[in-house]
Amino acid sequence: MTAALRFDPIRLPSECEQLRKEVRAFLAEEIAAGTFDPHQPNREDTDVPEFSRKVGARGWLGMTWPKKYGGHERSFLERYVVTEEMRVANAPTRRFFVADRQSGPVLLKYAPENIKMDILPRICRGEICFAIGMSEPNSGSDLFAAKTRATKTDGGYLINGTKIWTSSAHIADYMIAIFRTSPPTKENRRHGLTQFLVKMKQPGIQVNPIGQITGQYEFNEVVFTDHFIPDDHVLGEVDGAWKQATSELAYERSGPERFLETYYVLTELVRAVGNKPDTRSAEGIGRLVAQVHTMRRMSVSVAGMLQAGKEPVVEASIVKDIGTIWEQQLPHRVRELAAFVEETATNRETLEKQLDFAIKTAPKLTIQGGTTEVLRGIIARGLGLR
Amino acid sequence: MAESENIVAETAEKIFADLADAQTINRDKNGEWKAPLWQALTDAGLPLAWVPEDCGGSGASLAEGFSVLSAAGRFAVAVPLTETMLAGWLLAQARIASPGGEMTVVPASPKDRITVNADGSLSGRARGVPFAKAAKHFAVLASDAKGGLSIALVDAAKCRIETGLNLGGDPSDVVTLDKVQPVAIKPAPKGFDQIRLMLMGGVARSLQIAGALESMLEISVRYSNERVAFEKKISKFQAVQHNLARLAGESAAALAAATSAADAIANATSFNDEVFLEAVAAKIRCAEAAEKGGGIAHQVHGAIGFTIEHILHRYSLRALAWRDDFGSESYWAVELGKLVAARGADELWPLVASR
Repeated sequence: MTAALRFDPIRLPSECEQLRKEVRAFLAEEIAAGTFDPHQPNREDTDVPEFSRKVGARGWLGMTWPKKYGGHERSFLERYVVTEEMRVANAPTRRFFVADRQSGPVLLKYAPENIKMDILPRICRGEICFAIGMSEPNSGSDLFAAKTRATKTDGGYLINGTKIWTSSAHIADYMIAIFRTSPPTKENRRHGLTQFLVKMKQPGIQVNPIGQITGQYEFNEVVFTDHFIPDDHVLGEVDGAWKQATSELAYERSGPERFLETYYVLTELVRAVGNKPDTRSAEGIGRLVAQVHTMRRMSVSVAGMLQAGKEPVVEASIVKDIGTIWEQQLPHRVRELAAFVEETATNRETLEKQLDFAIKTAPKLTIQGGTTEVLRGIIARGLGLR
Repeated sequence: MAESENIVAETAEKIFADLADAQTINRDKNGEWKAPLWQALTDAGLPLAWVPEDCGGSGASLAEGFSVLSAAGRFAVAVPLTETMLAGWLLAQARIASPGGEMTVVPASPKDRITVNADGSLSGRARGVPFAKAAKHFAVLASDAKGGLSIALVDAAKCRIETGLNLGGDPSDVVTLDKVQPVAIKPAPKGFDQIRLMLMGGVARSLQIAGALESMLEISVRYSNERVAFEKKISKFQAVQHNLARLAGESAAALAAATSAADAIANATSFNDEVFLEAVAAKIRCAEAAEKGGGIAHQVHGAIGFTIEHILHRYSLRALAWRDDFGSESYWAVELGKLVAARGADELWPLVASR
């Protein structure tokens, strides 16, 4: 058996509590000013550039990055607090969330200095939005089947092919994508893909919206036709993207966004039930609260391990596996309990609208960013089964 | 984990590995393993770990004691170690010295009450008391007519005990006190109540369940790497891999919930809503994990895991049995739900995000 799983009980340090107060006060101000409505969870549809800039001005983007790139050299646990408070408030984080969580760290690790100096400070100021170009029409979970070509040309590469299910591509300023620079080899089918920084809104890139079952147009098809990318936009090793893909995943997989996506229906249920619940409602709420508390303690524990410089890949995959299933089931459990809510509950309509949206959102939660099946494969490998 | 926790936990682990090997115990039909194990635990000062030295114990910290309970869960230990530790802890709250030998706590359910009579004797009935039959003394929490709480040391021989067995085959008895004069009785400290006793017991059970799940995961993974079916190891089947990944998830959730609650209690300066959440959430989530995770462990093992000869039941059935002690998960879910509702919707997140 491989090493035992670890979930040490992390206590958030005191600076996190001060920060939490600041974030809550900021969000309350923004709600009061009408920037967003915390009862409207369909933030995927709302792009609020001025909110991003305000968050940047507060110093809450690139929190863990070096100061020379506009970052703030704070801890992963502090970033965790900001992320969870924004998520629970249904704040419009879409414009900056991917850049802050994922794209920035990739650039920090693999981009040349001039690119880092140019782009990272703009992420920190909340000025630019990133998309991730992984899936293609015939390669989703099987990342290394990607076919979109990057052909060497004078001073750079020409890109031809199609990315799909690309969230936020229609508003993104940049995309970090993998393209095929060489065919796979007999020995290594993962060989031949290279990570690139793509500047969007340029010739040779066409973004076509795709409607989702929620009624929103949050993801896209992105078609590349002889799109030129300069040499210094190559991120990391040519043909070696497969070596770079795995270590970032712990950051992507274990954050509060992996179990809080539909949390708002629980809050609204508690409001609808009132302060004297019947036994069935009390038990249902009690179990859900115990479960979300446990998820959060697991997630905080992984953040603590990341802060300590560890790479808890299996633990992070477990958090996403059971966290996304929990947030997927949550609206259905809340719906069952909502059947017993009094007709007179003042927020009945709000709860019903939220449930509609959450139930429609639910199917994607165990697909995006690594399907349940892929995660369980990673966990199984960690257990020594593969 | 602090170094001292490591040392105490390692001592316990070593004793369990030497004297509580699941395979050996499972083959021993006469219970001959029990006496040497208890002697070794006593020699190491573990049953009275939570009793200060001036009350006859070894004065270990709460955290050190909790690490012993995790180890006890990993070995599915079937002697009243947890119970004696809890009893010693309860007595120490009132600065009553612990005698030697096995003890347990009365009551062991949030619904049972023991009362202090006007003459200072104790009366009442407590169900589901773990290891009552094996205990020489009981640590009793009792209330008088005015609601004042006392902690008492009671001679087990003076009580009526109806024996029973829990799902794991360990004693779970009904204890009746009929005007029993205690060996010692003192007022409970201010703020102490039966809920605190139940939650301490619940966290102990949560740690044991989490430990048992760790072992179930380990032996299930090992078995899947040995067992061949359809001409390959069953660990190579994706359906089996995914089941084991789910078992790892349940084991992880139980471990995280239980160790977090233990940490919260060990470091609590007051007994507030946040500590209550930690403790009851651990009991609820660990109980759920015992069902889901134990079910997967059995599924992976197939028929062999259903036999009395195989060790799996030592873990799976005890984990299920431990759900019932000190308040079941559904009982605590109702209590937690009431607390959350009383605080109001906008106070839910601040509670969840308090640590």
